[in-house]
Amino acid sequence: MYETHVGSPRNRVDGRKKVTGTAPYAAEFTAPDLAQGYVVNSAIAKGRITAIDTKDALAVPGVIQVFTHQNRPRTAWRSTAYQDEVAPPGKPFRPLYDERIHYSGQPIALVVAEDFEIARYAASLVRVSYEAEQHQTDLTKVREQAYTPKYRTSMGPPSPRGDAEAAFGRSPVKVEGSYRIAVEHHNPMEPHASTVVWEGDGKITVHDKIQGCQNTQRYIRQVFGLSASDVHVISPYVGGAFGSGLRPQYQLFLAVMAALELKRSVRVVLTRDQMFTFTYRPDGLQEVAMAANEDGALQAIRHDLIGNTSTFEDYTEQTVGWSGMTYHCENYKGTYKVAQLDTYTPGDMRAPGAPTGLFPSESAVDELCHKLGMDPLKFRLKNYNQVDEATGKPFTSKELRAALQLGAERFGWSKRNHKPRSMKEGNELIGWGMAVGMWEAAMQKTAARAVLTIDGKLEVASASADIGTGTYTIMAQIAADALGLPIEKVTALLGDSSLPSAPVEGGSWGAASTGTAVELACHAVREKLFGYARGINDSPLGAAGVNEVQFREGRIALISDPSRFVTIQDAMVAGGVDRIEAEETASPSKITMLKYSSYAHSAAFVEVRVDEELGVVRVTRVVQAIAAGRILNPKTARSQILGGTVFGIGMALHEESMADHNLGRFMNHNIAEYHIPVNADVPNIDVIFVDEHDDLTSPIGVKGLGEIGICASPAAIANAVFHATGKRIRELPITIDKILGTKEAA
Amino acid sequence: MNRFSYARPGSVADAVRELAGHPAAKVIAGGTNLVDLMKYNVERPTHLVDVGRLPGLKEIEEAGEGLRIGALVSNTAAAYDERVKERYPLLSSAILAGASPQLRNAATTGGNLLQRTRCYYFYDPATPCNKREPGSGCPAKNGQNRILAILGTSEHCIATHPSDMCVALAALEAVVKVVGPNGERSIPMADFHRLPGNMPEKDTNLHADEIILGVELPEPRFAKHYTYLKLRDRLSYAFALVSVAAALEMDGDTIGEARIALGGVAHKPWRVEEAEMMLRGKTADRRVFAAVAERILEGAQGFGHNDFKVDLARRAVIRALSQAARGTPQSQTDKRIQ
Repeated sequence: MYETHVGSPRNRVDGRKKVTGTAPYAAEFTAPDLAQGYVVNSAIAKGRITAIDTKDALAVPGVIQVFTHQNRPRTAWRSTAYQDEVAPPGKPFRPLYDERIHYSGQPIALVVAEDFEIARYAASLVRVSYEAEQHQTDLTKVREQAYTPKYRTSMGPPSPRGDAEAAFGRSPVKVEGSYRIAVEHHNPMEPHASTVVWEGDGKITVHDKIQGCQNTQRYIRQVFGLSASDVHVISPYVGGAFGSGLRPQYQLFLAVMAALELKRSVRVVLTRDQMFTFTYRPDGLQEVAMAANEDGALQAIRHDLIGNTSTFEDYTEQTVGWSGMTYHCENYKGTYKVAQLDTYTPGDMRAPGAPTGLFPSESAVDELCHKLGMDPLKFRLKNYNQVDEATGKPFTSKELRAALQLGAERFGWSKRNHKPRSMKEGNELIGWGMAVGMWEAAMQKTAARAVLTIDGKLEVASASADIGTGTYTIMAQIAADALGLPIEKVTALLGDSSLPSAPVEGGSWGAASTGTAVELACHAVREKLFGYARGINDSPLGAAGVNEVQFREGRIALISDPSRFVTIQDAMVAGGVDRIEAEETASPSKITMLKYSSYAHSAAFVEVRVDEELGVVRVTRVVQAIAAGRILNPKTARSQILGGTVFGIGMALHEESMADHNLGRFMNHNIAEYHIPVNADVPNIDVIFVDEHDDLTSPIGVKGLGEIGICASPAAIANAVFHATGKRIRELPITIDKILGTKEAA
Repeated sequence: MNRFSYARPGSVADAVRELAGHPAAKVIAGGTNLVDLMKYNVERPTHLVDVGRLPGLKEIEEAGEGLRIGALVSNTAAAYDERVKERYPLLSSAILAGASPQLRNAATTGGNLLQRTRCYYFYDPATPCNKREPGSGCPAKNGQNRILAILGTSEHCIATHPSDMCVALAALEAVVKVVGPNGERSIPMADFHRLPGNMPEKDTNLHADEIILGVELPEPRFAKHYTYLKLRDRLSYAFALVSVAAALEMDGDTIGEARIALGGVAHKPWRVEEAEMMLRGKTADRRVFAAVAERILEGAQGFGHNDFKVDLARRAVIRALSQAARGTPQSQTDKRIQ
């Protein structure tokens, strides 16, 4: 049987390059006479620089220049010029703009030298005097100053429905709790870096760590007043980003500034420490209240959050909306306020707002089930919703019920004794927990080009990015199927600003958007090719229409009689062409956007073992059942869910950026002390993809997988810890001290 | 990283001379800690004396009733040496509880003794730290001190020594052999590391002009009843919040000689000999263990974030003694705690 590439497990087309070190990342591009920059960061959180002495640094042989706010070249003065494609409302941070310090770790100088070691050494000789002002980095101290932002880029909380207070008041079974999740930093494996190649005559080629090369290009043009033809961004590979690469970061500004000023190629790479000096997942103080009838029918949901932002931008997430969308509930109210801290602006980090909002709400559901004496699975099926009650629109598809059932079956949920502390083995209490997750499924306007050449090779290209998710691979699969070519004959190109327009890759929209654009472009090529094939004298295809032929193995053949065919080469010869090119733009369907709500769903089932005397928690089993539309590549898809689950384990048990509020500074700024899960922390993760047909979200049936894996896992782990120990822990990460310091619930 | 010169002497004697001629020199072997600290601009040696290839320090040899582990024996080689595994499994276990295989391959026995604290402030030159810049202050006391000390602290410093290996060496009463311009001398493990006092910049009693030749382990006595229990913020590859090396001589249920050393709680591996004495002649029993734990933790004091360590250490001592008495040492690969 003929096997299509789409839907089949396929190795990453860029896998060999990556594991052999031949896939170049931003800091690996080089140029003749490349100078190296090293950033000096602020030691205080707020105030001004009174003096900055660069004499000793400049005296080091090999140092070319030290840039500070005092000698930086002129750049755009209006802060709007610094607003990138995904900037939140406000005035973006402008590196080296003036003597003001807005946060600890702010870049205040760039040392440029002949090599990295010289630059780093000289940076240690830059002497800075500050006039410090009283800073505030503790969210709990600014609760009272929280406000509802006037503008927001993320979806706001859904409108209230019903009367949540009244329903809560009259419902017989209710829970209330305060929740908090530690600030997290993204820590992709590849640090942020920019290599700016001076091409002469004011032109530069930029290799940047970015999730969208055209965002970088636009930012540079705006800030430095360059034209599109002066700035070419080439960033084909991204070593993970998780949202930290959505917005151009300060190393880009500094490298471009230095290159333009010195008329020389410059590279700036951030150290791991410096990866803690820009964006992060925000802090948030959350309150969730839920109430149900004795039969388990959910009656009321309240979800309030005070999140932090910076003093210069209003960053918000959806957070409190999720609790109002997960279940059928007539009475809902959510509020979202922000309070300013003297930190950099928080930013999107894998599923921004979703695990953050779902940890409290799914914990509350679990708590409610405990009070009701009800199976948490039954509760979720009982309160299942088929309509997005926040908007009143039906879901494009929602196979969460199947995910719940299949996941529960695979996990063995029916054997669960719902009483906490009911399972024990040796010193360990065993707990089983579950939670559901949601993430928006969307498409963004994206263009792609397809070029078929007479040697039977196909090239598909878009300015989007593959941030490690497998975009290259699904592009090649879609293209190979569209024209019936072996996947080896297809080359996929990404991460080049000269390619057809694409937004940043994020929000789990990459596969749906780029994939659809590639398919459209390939179909356009196919139409032309078919025209040539039909045009052959006495064409074996006769008068067949395009829908009556198949493109397989380099041939265009009649479906009814595959022995009648024209090869791609013959068709092109007949058409007198040696290449066929088409560019198409995929756009989200207006009808879908108007009439439907589209989300991917997940059900996570987790087993933990807790050594109660010592407070040690181990996750020993995870089943994730995912309903996310069509699965293009089960292999890379599974990897996305594994990665998301590991992220969830990190949020639940490990990740925590610890701030010293006296200094206004994150202190554990290295990955020895900022803990992410290691192999020993990650158990077998069983991933199930539920059949879900959805041709409304995207023409190719895809919903996206980058984020859904993390959404349910932290809550499922916390709920499993409760089931094991009877302890409801409302602050993540769940560390030893919290297990020891939390009392069992009544 | 500052500018430094580099020398690779060919003999121990040359190395000692090299060191004597450069007061601001640092000795380097595996470099797993020093190189990081130099990159962070925390250590700023002007001269590096690379002892990594000195002859005669890479061997594990019989030494009377005991065993001598050369200063340049890698952590991996020490942990997997058949004699160490058979006679001093506590040491092997403690080494394997630390770092990663890659680091253990590079790190040496001597270097492990000299590794420096993981206090966040020590690592961040933008902040004050008495250990890094004497007299600059200690923000850790009122700051992020989750991983820091609860015992033997001073007003100047609450750092911990991060080694696992040293905790086992302390329990085993190993002796550190060193050599300087005045010849060789022996420093018992108990005296090798210091408490911070008013000189937190000084981690050990090794003189600046001395190099470590190796450690000598006395006659093996604890090959059956021992454990190294390490509690940390993830299941592997993290420094200890609290660790316990426990070693017992058992006659049936009756305890003979007992040794208990704690890691992650002080500026040095923490031993309380009176507490160990409390076990002698006693029947292995949870209540006895609890009393011992109380004694060890006497005077323990948290600084906020690390308050939980006092209780955790108490619990860890009890569990470790139970493991050791039962003869079921903690596995370093199976993360379930015995």
